Amino acid sequence: MKTIAYILQKEFRQIFRNRFLLPMIFGVPLIQMLVLVYAATFEMKKIDIAIADKDLSAFSRELVAKFKGIPFFNITESLQEVKIGEDMLLNDEADIVLIIPPDMERNLVRENKTQVQLLINAIDGNTAQLIYSYSANIIRDFNKNLIAEWKGLPEFKPSGQIEITERYWYNSELNYKWYMAPGILAILVTVIGMFMSGINLVREKEIGTIEQLNVTPVKKYHFIVGKLVPFWIIGIFDLAFGMIIAWIVFDLPVEGSLWLLFFFTAVYLIGILGLGLFISTLADTQQQVMFMNFFFMIVFILMGGIFTPVESMPHWAQIADRINPVFYFMKIMRNIVLKGSGFFDLFEEFISLVILGIIFLSLAIFLYRKKSLSRS
Amino acid sequence: MNRLISFTIKEFLHIFRDPRTMLILFGIPVAQLLIFGTVIKNEIKNVHIAIYDPSKDIATTDITNKLLSSGYFILDENLNNIDGIDEIFKKGRVKEVIVFDNNFGKKLIREGTAGIQLIADASDPNIARLVTSYTSGIINDYINKLHPGLAMPLSVEPEVRMYFNENMKSAYMFVPGTMALILMLISALMTSVSITREKEHGTMEILLASPLKPLQIIAGKVLPYLLLSIVNAFLIVLIGRFVFGVPITGSFILLILETILFILMALCLGIMISTAAKTQMMAMFLSMIVLMLPTIILSGFIFPIENMPKLLQWLSYIMPARYFITIIRGIMLKGTGISFIWEETLILIIMTIFFIGVSVKKFKIRLE
Repeated sequence: MKTIAYILQKEFRQIFRNRFLLPMIFGVPLIQMLVLVYAATFEMKKIDIAIADKDLSAFSRELVAKFKGIPFFNITESLQEVKIGEDMLLNDEADIVLIIPPDMERNLVRENKTQVQLLINAIDGNTAQLIYSYSANIIRDFNKNLIAEWKGLPEFKPSGQIEITERYWYNSELNYKWYMAPGILAILVTVIGMFMSGINLVREKEIGTIEQLNVTPVKKYHFIVGKLVPFWIIGIFDLAFGMIIAWIVFDLPVEGSLWLLFFFTAVYLIGILGLGLFISTLADTQQQVMFMNFFFMIVFILMGGIFTPVESMPHWAQIADRINPVFYFMKIMRNIVLKGSGFFDLFEEFISLVILGIIFLSLAIFLYRKKSLSRS
Repeated sequence: MNRLISFTIKEFLHIFRDPRTMLILFGIPVAQLLIFGTVIKNEIKNVHIAIYDPSKDIATTDITNKLLSSGYFILDENLNNIDGIDEIFKKGRVKEVIVFDNNFGKKLIREGTAGIQLIADASDPNIARLVTSYTSGIINDYINKLHPGLAMPLSVEPEVRMYFNENMKSAYMFVPGTMALILMLISALMTSVSITREKEHGTMEILLASPLKPLQIIAGKVLPYLLLSIVNAFLIVLIGRFVFGVPITGSFILLILETILFILMALCLGIMISTAAKTQMMAMFLSMIVLMLPTIILSGFIFPIENMPKLLQWLSYIMPARYFITIIRGIMLKGTGISFIWEETLILIIMTIFFIGVSVKKFKIRLE
């Protein structure tokens, strides 16, 4: 027992003396929380709309005015040619072009309906759908007002109308940063548990002191524990650090229990450390270890649903996600922070993490001992 | 000239003889394409919803059927009361709960209006907005079909044309960006690692002492990766076209030229990194963390740059990938010619020259 205590002491000293690792322990959370959370957003700040009003009637001007009335829309107006609008789409100067045909008012008066064209840049399908949604709502609003004016009645409600109310729970302001922050925190813990611990492990081999350790009475499992435990502690510390940053900078509220959060993190970290160790046994040279670690980490993180929802992924990916610990952890983080989910709500995810953790850790220890034995 | 050729052949052999490097060179691009082409999707699919329907009449049943047959939604649960909504959301599967009014059908006929509440789990605000948008769309569609004449006596109807990506497929947005990422990875990362590996093994000194000029050494190191990158670029475009359906609307020749320009830029960047890094680890670290991660996040690859805060938008101006992504999307998806992308092309050329300049200045003849 005392051996482990001494080894831990040595490990911590080495970490704090390392010019590389020490700034990373503080720098990585800072950069991830500040840069990633701000950058990773699908929230639209404004929509660039170009309007070609070929009718120039009272009605068409009213429609245009409705768009103008919303500061969200950045309007380029009075295009004479449709071609100019298309060029603006090509040049990324406009996200959407509204074309009002020359006989808009006449059609409305005679046939009670008319068409306008919306040309939307659909390269980013997500944004395109939202832009369409906003624009259609404005036009729908315009229609309602039109009826009121034309018929001289207060907002006329023809029969057969369905009134749709939208309610947004848990993040009613639709603040995208509140969605990203817990996800980025999950990534943070993963990076420390997999990547940084991997670097540390590899350093020992590079310096060559592993040979010296082999001839001491220090047992293999002492060595492994000494390598992993410091990063378990650092991981939990960095989660706390990251959460403080999130609280200060983004006002992130935590609906659920903080104890639960840290408990899940502690369990998750053990599994992730095992995963990192396991990957490092698969390669021969140090560079490969770092590279593989980095690569697997990115794959697991992306498939875990950090940027895009897992439900939208193809079926095979969702099945593969069953052995992806990041997937479970990301869900746990987001649900506890934003919805206040409790232990039993996330019981499935907890069990999965425990099982995966045991598998990875055992595989890692087994393979690591085999490797070191076959070396000597 | 002969020396250069034999040296380049030696470099090629080094690469082909190392199975792990080959894995990285061809395995990683395929893996990335797979992930960014099929896994990372912006679209809505299989969203779990729950429905609370106290009326259970023809109208509600019709609407429910319409929603479920759209392909976007999966019915998770039919609720018996509205108290358990919080619990359901907390489990994390259901993203939207649809609540019909009491006596929905009767209200619709007698009072002319009835209400539906869409309660969305807004922890992911993006999905929440999309989900309510699609749901309202389907419900509105139902109304229009039901009372075609009565729906609105006066209406302006929008007719939508989705430009450049008619079916709003995610692959269109991500595959061009993936190309930039992969080329960056192979050219910058591999080149810098290759050169620093030589330094680390000490064989760089030997090379420098040989009759080979330093320029020939660098050229010999870079040429294999230039050729491999071009092959990779071709593969990506072909896979993009035939597997993901990403079209090449514009000029194929322009596409090739711009790609070669980008590869050259990335290679020079790799050389520049190698002059700064003393060990392979350092080179790899610089390439991956300082280059690749910011590229993924700040280049407009996944997240639109216009949505970012100003500071980050300025940062994105120094990301070479940003310009290449604009160029590639322009040529492949929009069919634009050089007239629309000459500014981005010019910037890439300037960056390349800059990288070459810095590398030449910093390249030391003697190793310290």
